[in-house]
Amino acid sequence: MRMVLAINGGRTELDVEPDRPLLWVLRNELELTGAKYGCGEGQCGACTVLLDGVAQRSCITPVGAVGKKKITTIEGLVNGERLHPVQESFLECDAMQCGYCTPGMILASVALLGKNASPSDREIKQGLEGNICRCGTYPRIVEAVKKAAEKSSAQLKGARNG
Amino acid sequence: MVERRAFLQSLGGGLLVLLAAEDLLLGQESGGGRRGGGGRENVPQNVAAWLHIAPDGKVTGFTGKVEVGQNARTSLTQAVADELRCRTESVRLIMGDTGLTPWDMGTVGSRTTPTMAPQMRRMAATARETLLTAAAAKWQVDPKTLRLSDGVITGGGSDQSVTLGALAATVNWATVMGADTATAAANWTVAGKSVPKINAREIVTGQHRYTPDFKLPGMLYGRVLRAPSFGARLQTLDTSVAEAMESVKVVREGDFVGVTAPDEHLAGKALASLRATWQEKPQIGASELFGYLKAHAKESESGAAIPPPAAVKPAIATAAKTLKATYTVAYIAHVPLEPRAAVAHWQEGKLTVWTGSQRPFGVRSELAESLGVPEGQVRVIVPDTGSGYGGKHTGECALEAARLARAAARPVKLIWTREEEFTWAYFRPAGVIEVASGMTNEGVVTQWIFENYLSGPSGINTPYNVPGASVQYYPSQSPLRVGSYRGLAATANHFARESHMDELAALVGMDPLEFRRKNLENARLRAVLDAAAERFGWTQKKKRAGRGYGLACGMEKGGYVACCVEVSLGQERQVRVERVVEAWECGAIVNPEHLKNQVQGAILMGLGGALFEAIDFADGRILNDRLSKYRVPRFSDVPEIDLVLLDRKDLPSAGAGETPIVAIAPAIANAICQASGLRVRQMPILPAFAAQRA
Repeated sequence: MRMVLAINGGRTELDVEPDRPLLWVLRNELELTGAKYGCGEGQCGACTVLLDGVAQRSCITPVGAVGKKKITTIEGLVNGERLHPVQESFLECDAMQCGYCTPGMILASVALLGKNASPSDREIKQGLEGNICRCGTYPRIVEAVKKAAEKSSAQLKGARNG
Repeated sequence: MVERRAFLQSLGGGLLVLLAAEDLLLGQESGGGRRGGGGRENVPQNVAAWLHIAPDGKVTGFTGKVEVGQNARTSLTQAVADELRCRTESVRLIMGDTGLTPWDMGTVGSRTTPTMAPQMRRMAATARETLLTAAAAKWQVDPKTLRLSDGVITGGGSDQSVTLGALAATVNWATVMGADTATAAANWTVAGKSVPKINAREIVTGQHRYTPDFKLPGMLYGRVLRAPSFGARLQTLDTSVAEAMESVKVVREGDFVGVTAPDEHLAGKALASLRATWQEKPQIGASELFGYLKAHAKESESGAAIPPPAAVKPAIATAAKTLKATYTVAYIAHVPLEPRAAVAHWQEGKLTVWTGSQRPFGVRSELAESLGVPEGQVRVIVPDTGSGYGGKHTGECALEAARLARAAARPVKLIWTREEEFTWAYFRPAGVIEVASGMTNEGVVTQWIFENYLSGPSGINTPYNVPGASVQYYPSQSPLRVGSYRGLAATANHFARESHMDELAALVGMDPLEFRRKNLENARLRAVLDAAAERFGWTQKKKRAGRGYGLACGMEKGGYVACCVEVSLGQERQVRVERVVEAWECGAIVNPEHLKNQVQGAILMGLGGALFEAIDFADGRILNDRLSKYRVPRFSDVPEIDLVLLDRKDLPSAGAGETPIVAIAPAIANAICQASGLRVRQMPILPAFAAQRA
């Protein structure tokens, strides 16, 4: 079935079966391999992408259900050479080990900060509960999200004052 | 090897290097040899096999170790940069490629830091000294007057300088043997610092390609038909629907049945269309496990020097106080977030497989043997992988991908589903541990009989000074396939030992910390025990309703750990781990931040096995083969974690990938006992605690 997807600010035309999970369309048709397969049942969050800014598990989202929603993958977060504040903060806090959960964690964090610009530690943990890090870097991820929140609020202040 | 020559030419050095086979063997632990077949090869000891310095000064290091998130890539880069007195940005490592890197036993057993880092240091230091000697000869000066900094040699009392790269091109590195020289930890300038993870930027931008992300031209996607239970034999198979699907190929080699298709969606449909019947065999379930393990125990594997229980039993009978207890641990799964995956490509009878494995050379042997191909025709390449935890030692997926690729005459990518990862690999062994002990009325432990069934001998020796100690490991028959897991049996053995020590302490009414101190001479273990207790405030803790405190300590593989835990008891969640203080020492610290990361990670992973992880099985089936049924630690399980890392620059660096995991479970069990009065002797703790509490 022919369809058009809005991905990372662009428009992509595809011919795919509507029941095919978005995860595999992204990975296998469009070379966007940042979203990962971890469980296939929406339990681990490694497949997280944003649909209109909201975190979704692409492994259980049929591509036919996306419609006109804007898809953001990890590849779409960078602005030229500039990293997103969440990406920068993950680097500064060394908030990863094997890194397999990281793209999903980052996008889930972006979605969280989109709803709550300065979350408490508790709110961060609750907001990211659906994302698993088997390597156990949870405390560092919480630090990274807090740092990203501070950066974003500083940027906003700067923009207001500038 | 052709690949190596071509690769080195591509580095711009123009250096033709011959890998000279040497008779010297690296003094590495055995272990890889037990599994995976294939003889151990002679590992080259010339610098050329380990390092290449290009004319522009860029350094390439070659190591058979792999990166699975433990940050070996960064720590080994630090080791090389340290010896060559250059920045880490100038060094790149090729890791885990059987076509390019020297033979390695596998990234296992916490061996990278104590053996691979010194090996790479030796080679880099030899290269440095060789180049300084060459510059000195060139300029006719005393080499001691020369300085090497950031890739440039200067000094000799003049304005002369030469770059490492330019000088390296004049040396025949194939003939330079690695000398036994390296910089002492006290003089490290790159190691010892928290250098950030080398390819972190590629990870946060989604650019890093794990095995499942690879795509080759003409590649097909594979799936494998699985039996409904272990040991089932294929009886009938109807592949007609799949055969009729366009572009689908069905592969059958004996009981191995798989499909390939141009996309994963079609491959899944083709697989689902296969109609098979199987002959299954009856097998036991989880509820019968521990009796079964004891009933099928085999001869002890503890070695001639250790006294058998019979030698110690009579003395126990005469001790002032005695205790007997049985502890059990369940099978658990590794649950690496990246499941097994492989991309296999045959070209004119030569096979290349990309796969996330901890043992590229072991997998190469497996492939060669199973496929009937000489090892020299097989190349295994391990991309930086989405974790292993000891669960990726074997090449099942690589072999399946290779079979499919050979039959289809196209490259094939096979990614195991999460259910397959839970079922068709292997588990951390379950086990039964029986402990019998005797002590004086003053709390001096005098007899100790410790018998482990199936779980394993790792960490089985008691570090306490007990004059009459007998430790025995009995292999047994396991209904489920078992293998390595982070820490091996040290987790189970520490759980039993440290729980038992607390039970003994209670028998004589002694504080658990004082009881351990009374029976412990090992200075390094005492140091972490004291450090953890002090940070935790152990001696100031008062008993509170609904709260409990516990501690545990241990040592294994050159690492020393002590853990203090505070738990709270509540109706809804039963047990909550509130705070963990862990002290850790493993010699000279290579990368403080990464070490912290490893220790934190081990604690958090260990919480799962301690509290709730357990494989449920019956009739040869894994009943909780997915994340919706097998609980792993999440954000909500994270306690307050406080670490004390002791840096012993005077001691050789040991590994830290495993042993930090061993103390958390017994510390929790001890804390729960203090809070509730109930002693839980099972891992996972929560189900047993709930049952006892009910």
